[in-house]
Amino acid sequence: MADEKGRGGIKEAVSGLGDHVQNSQVWNSIFRPGSPMRAENSDSPRNRSYVIMNNVLYHLHPVKVKRHGVKLSYTLCLGGLSFFLFILLTITGIFLMFYYRPTSPQAYFDLQALASDVAFGQLVRNMHRWGAHLMVITVFLHMSRVFYHGAYKPPREFNWVVGIVLLVLTLLLSFSGYLLPWDQLALWAVTVGTNMGSYAPVFGNQVTFALIGGVQITADTLLRFYVLHVLFLPFIITIFMAVHFWRVRKDGGISGPL
Amino acid sequence: MAQLPDSLLRRSAEARAKAEGRPVDEILAEMKGEAPPAPAPPAAASSQPSDAGGGRDLAAESGTYGVPVPLLERSMFARAKADGTPVPAMAGVGAPAAAASAVSSQPSAAPAPQAPSGPPPGVRTQRLLTVVKAGAIQGTEKEPQDKVNVWPHLLAIEFVALLVVLAALTLLSAFVDAPLLEFANFNEQPNPSKAPWYFLGLQELLAYFDPMVAGIIIPTFGMIALAFIPYVDRNPSVRPSDRKFAIAVFTVFFMAAAVVTIFGSFFRGPGFNFVFPWRDGIFFDDLLTILE
Ligand code: HEM
Repeated sequence: MADEKGRGGIKEAVSGLGDHVQNSQVWNSIFRPGSPMRAENSDSPRNRSYVIMNNVLYHLHPVKVKRHGVKLSYTLCLGGLSFFLFILLTITGIFLMFYYRPTSPQAYFDLQALASDVAFGQLVRNMHRWGAHLMVITVFLHMSRVFYHGAYKPPREFNWVVGIVLLVLTLLLSFSGYLLPWDQLALWAVTVGTNMGSYAPVFGNQVTFALIGGVQITADTLLRFYVLHVLFLPFIITIFMAVHFWRVRKDGGISGPL
Repeated sequence: MAQLPDSLLRRSAEARAKAEGRPVDEILAEMKGEAPPAPAPPAAASSQPSDAGGGRDLAAESGTYGVPVPLLERSMFARAKADGTPVPAMAGVGAPAAAASAVSSQPSAAPAPQAPSGPPPGVRTQRLLTVVKAGAIQGTEKEPQDKVNVWPHLLAIEFVALLVVLAALTLLSAFVDAPLLEFANFNEQPNPSKAPWYFLGLQELLAYFDPMVAGIIIPTFGMIALAFIPYVDRNPSVRPSDRKFAIAVFTVFFMAAAVVTIFGSFFRGPGFNFVFPWRDGIFFDDLLTILE
């Protein structure tokens, strides 16, 4: 008897505490009106609008979209997944940065140590690498789906051009990351890639020189690619993504229906 | 009233006629301020019957619209000046010089100001330019669309898609390790040496063309051509049946890119010579670790 009473008391106390927290000023200052986290929230068309409007998501999504736009078969989520992979690559990449030094020979041995000494180190590195390949694929497929929908037609012409810039940046991000393990695969794949660039007329050699920090790949190239890979290119691509998403909305949301 | 276009007056008269069940002409005449045939003139007019000739009772108007009498006066003078018409109260006389006396003859405008020559010092005045009916300034001609709430319909789908990709990627990463070959060695070039897979199409082209063509011209012009698609394809339709040509061209290039990439990845072995992957083995390091 006393036991049950005690438990009931605890239950009440817990739910009372929950109510207290949910009604506190702190809580309500974090979750704006309409949020499902709020105490007084109920499901209504108005609150469904508020979930978006009173949320940072409003920067990405309108309150409502055309019905065909939510059909999985329309966008196949490819643009969204490219973005998600970019986020995931940022998170896993930051993790890797804690254990990686862009110098020779440390770079290589750091990755070896990551696999053997760091909890989940190898898993995170795998996710970073396969995720990068996957992002190249989803961006290509996203571009194709936009083409086949004619979604680059007015008023979306410029967003297509922004998309091409994103495609190039995605490839550069992947390519600059390719060198970082500093193993035979990295060294020679990047050698083949940068050799192609050196055939460019006029500035070919200068561009290659600036890119790899010398006439051929050396340990200096490693630092250069590292800075491009973890700072410069992510910074640029973030700006272009912001423009890209903004234009999707300003151009009237998702295109179609066909 | 007189400044309203006739068509508008007529429309509103018709509407009122319909509502009150009276003849249109009678209401129209009433609105225009011409001798109303009906016995009961509007309330504002009845307080100042002498108004029938087109004069204005500023005191009454001031009461109705809440605009101070001096302002009404000024606007009356200004309009008369701009239109080159006589001031309403003086209809028939038409001499601007008489305007001042006309104003002072208005019963309500007690300390009748002279024909206004600007506000007294230190007084800020405002002028009512016009009254516009409520409504959008720009007409929108958008058809209503069938829309759904992003929350929950779209966000739920996105979230599921995100989870599926995350799960797939985690599973793959749990079972397949990213490659880490021997330490980078400048003196020992592996054979074959291949670029990352997304450049293998270009590397494949190197086997056919001058490096200048395969390494620079094709990728550069390929990207520029891609970027210009929206400005070259002027066909406004998005229906596949209307865009057969565009779709055919894109598909051909897409397939060509895929074919050379697959060729470069799987059908090229030592010395970048042709191999059959099922006979001679796979020379594609990215995939090698997956297969092992
Ligand atoms: C990092 C790469 C990219 C990201 C993260 C990205 C993201 C997105 C997202 C989230 C959308 C909303 C619709 C959807 O999910 O399909 C979108 C739409 C669009 N994207 Fe991308 N995109 C990328 C690359 C590209 C590329 C390479 C192109 C084309 C060359 C492109 C052209 C467009 C266009 C024209 C739209 C509007 C489509 C419509 O209204 O149906 N984007 N993008």
